[in-house]
Amino acid sequence: MPTATASQTIGPYWHLLEEKGWDDLTRFGPVPEGAARITLTGVVTDGDGAPVADGCVEVWQADPPASDDFLGWGRAATDAQGRYSFTTLKPGPVPGRGDARQAPHIAITLLARGLLKPLVTRAYFAGEALNDTDPLLAAIEDPARRDTLLAREAGDGVWQFDIRLQGEGDGRAETVFLDV
Amino acid sequence: MSRSGRLDDAARDPIPFRPFSPGTQPPYDAPAYLSTRARHPARPLVTAPHTVTETTGPCFTPSRFPALADISATDGRAAQGERIIVNGRVLDEDGRPVPHTMLEIWQANAAGRYAHLVDQHNAPLDPHFRGVGRVFSDEQGNWRIVTIKPGAYPWRNHANAWRPNHIHFSLFGQGFAQRLVTQMYFPGDPLLPLDPIFNSIPDAAARDRLISSFDLETTQPEYALGYRFDIVLRGRGATPFEDGEHR
Repeated sequence: MPTATASQTIGPYWHLLEEKGWDDLTRFGPVPEGAARITLTGVVTDGDGAPVADGCVEVWQADPPASDDFLGWGRAATDAQGRYSFTTLKPGPVPGRGDARQAPHIAITLLARGLLKPLVTRAYFAGEALNDTDPLLAAIEDPARRDTLLAREAGDGVWQFDIRLQGEGDGRAETVFLDV
Repeated sequence: MSRSGRLDDAARDPIPFRPFSPGTQPPYDAPAYLSTRARHPARPLVTAPHTVTETTGPCFTPSRFPALADISATDGRAAQGERIIVNGRVLDEDGRPVPHTMLEIWQANAAGRYAHLVDQHNAPLDPHFRGVGRVFSDEQGNWRIVTIKPGAYPWRNHANAWRPNHIHFSLFGQGFAQRLVTQMYFPGDPLLPLDPIFNSIPDAAARDRLISSFDLETTQPEYALGYRFDIVLRGRGATPFEDGEHR
């Protein structure tokens, strides 16, 4: 059998796909009881510290479980400053492999000109007790590197998660990207 | 995980997607494609064992995401250019069809210009061609679009650089880790050997599978030429040996 089809860059003109509202994961239905609406936002910068102004950021979360009112997926374009923003529901813990529990997280796919295949990372939430025992976070030994996966609360329900594609600078470390 | 239910024990050890075969995917750092210079990670990636996060994914339905399979005309007015029918199947690496999965497509018009503000190539826009479509594979993984053959266009990667004719494809498959964004090319395009994006894929056979084939069976008399483009998404579980054993 043939192997998986090769990836190619999404290029600079992918915005033709963009539709209003896809950055709001709560747009299909009411916020379920017990769920909290949050904003996940951040700035994407390259190895020169320049904003990635033509990026496509996609998020996926397995919790709250998908339903007709909640797809669990969204897409946002970065703006001229490299900023993206999503409205979503704060995820809870999900099972890991074996008996492990994973700390709440949102999976992120970054696609852009200059990326021949997607970059994948995860946004965890600073201050969650489960972060200390999350298997993926625990596998990253360097605390400065691990910190790149933590979104910080920047205001009421607003979580800041910057993404640095390459190198260090402006007080930012290269984001941990995942081989999935 | 049931669609409306909770994550249960079955979600604890989901069957992972298979690793990509060596050489069949492009690298992040491809010096001939200049835009990779400041955008590729310098650090090694961290391996993430597949959990429910990677093995499940969004379920797109035509009710929320309406299909648009014929983009060769707008409001009943035909776009300029050579009308073509592109069809194919979405399969996984075990040859199983991937049914009811969403495909997004976008492309330049026949003159090689995108209906996009950033594209300032001095070629005409076509008011009857927006260049964006969306289809869903059927039960057997089949899909089909009607469009216009896209033109080549210049870019500034190197001196006298032109992108070969191509159509962009975006697929989600059945899990987060099956996401695929790629480009379909056309047979016999003299620009292919010169294109750093196409040639970033190390394996020649993997490259060639991005080139569609002319398809006389799909071609409709007095209407449009047909092209075939099959898309393979990652399989699940271990890599099968040729004798059928798994490792």
